[in-house]
Amino acid sequence: MLELDVEPALEVPASPVRVREDTSRLRERKDVDKTKPSEQTPSEQTLWMLAVRDKRDRVAFGQLFDHFAPRLKGVICRSGIPPGQAEDIVQDVMLTVWRKAHLFDPQRAQVSSWIYQIARNRQIDVIRKERRPVPEELKQPEEVQEDASQIVALEQETTRLREALARLKPAQREMVEKAYLGELSHSDIRAETGLPLGTIKSRIRLGLERLRHELKGTETT
Amino acid sequence: MSGITHHIPDELLIAYAAGNLDQAFSLVLATHISMCDECRARLGAHEAVGGAMLEEFAASDQSISVSSDMKARLMDALDDPFESPPTYERSGIFPAPVMEALGGLPPKWKPLGMGVRQSILSHGKNGSVRLLYIPGGQAVPDHGHNGLELTLVLQGAFSDETGRFGVGDMEIANSDLEHTPIADEGPACICLAATDAALRFRSFIPRLLQPVFRI
Repeated sequence: MLELDVEPALEVPASPVRVREDTSRLRERKDVDKTKPSEQTPSEQTLWMLAVRDKRDRVAFGQLFDHFAPRLKGVICRSGIPPGQAEDIVQDVMLTVWRKAHLFDPQRAQVSSWIYQIARNRQIDVIRKERRPVPEELKQPEEVQEDASQIVALEQETTRLREALARLKPAQREMVEKAYLGELSHSDIRAETGLPLGTIKSRIRLGLERLRHELKGTETT
Repeated sequence: MSGITHHIPDELLIAYAAGNLDQAFSLVLATHISMCDECRARLGAHEAVGGAMLEEFAASDQSISVSSDMKARLMDALDDPFESPPTYERSGIFPAPVMEALGGLPPKWKPLGMGVRQSILSHGKNGSVRLLYIPGGQAVPDHGHNGLELTLVLQGAFSDETGRFGVGDMEIANSDLEHTPIADEGPACICLAATDAALRFRSFIPRLLQPVFRI
């Protein structure tokens, strides 16, 4: 099990940006910050997804499609589904992304995590012909104020998680892929000592703290 | 909701996130997560790992491509009218996933004897899931498990050889555990319970009744 590295302090932009009302400001900021490392602005994927959510932007949706459709097809085929049926599921997933865009909350989930979760649901719905039980949606506060620094901080943590995953030994990396792409049962995961749960957990710890904080803010009872 | 002390272990949470958990157990997990911010956050974190796997999957494999007309078909379909599946809301002690399994209707309780009642939500070869109603102070017959049993408390509390379980707590019983859950005195204990194999009762009468009650 790896130790938790000391994380550098997050650089928080001075003034929070209200994303919901005006995502174009984020785009402008991105242009201004071109020369700096991309840490100041949300990723391309997040900006595409926000444009889809807030402006029903078809061009941005096309970009999301170009990015995610081959990846989705890859992971779906990997679970033994023939390419033709996999494409049907990809189409279904991307259509769900378009239709459920209003539920996307970049402060709680990255685009890739959100689409991963939709893909798992749709795949089960299609293959097993039954709806996968999902947790109830959290009640959204009436006035949503999104804070660009929160979005960026979540992305930075995800980047570090990915870096940690990239440093795994090939055998460990293979186990992580198998576990998260649905090829191991819960008893396999429990028995699999090569699965670097310590690394994953230490890497996602900060994200957990943030999510807990976010969830506290949305509690209605 | 605070006060939850028995949470979902990582192996079940990962299997659920990855879509590799049977329907009956998935319902118990989705219900626990609806009641437990801690596990909701942990699920979010595991989904971040899943997202990273998705993000990097095809990056290493340029041979994966989607057929060229699929995007055009999809773009054309964006404005198609569609019907959202019905959504369910929490009702009293039953979180939304349970209400969905109940089809939005109150549970149909069937007596199991000694004041214990059950309402079967689904029963199939991959497992079964039911609501159990145990009057305050009442014991569930001593039993073991051939597979895995997940029990989530929705109202009241019960205790057994392993500890006390209150609202939102989930007990995991596997084939090692023989236990006699007893409901706390006071209001009835109502649980959501899923199994992937038949229970093993120690005494004869419950064993005899097993096929009748499908437990």
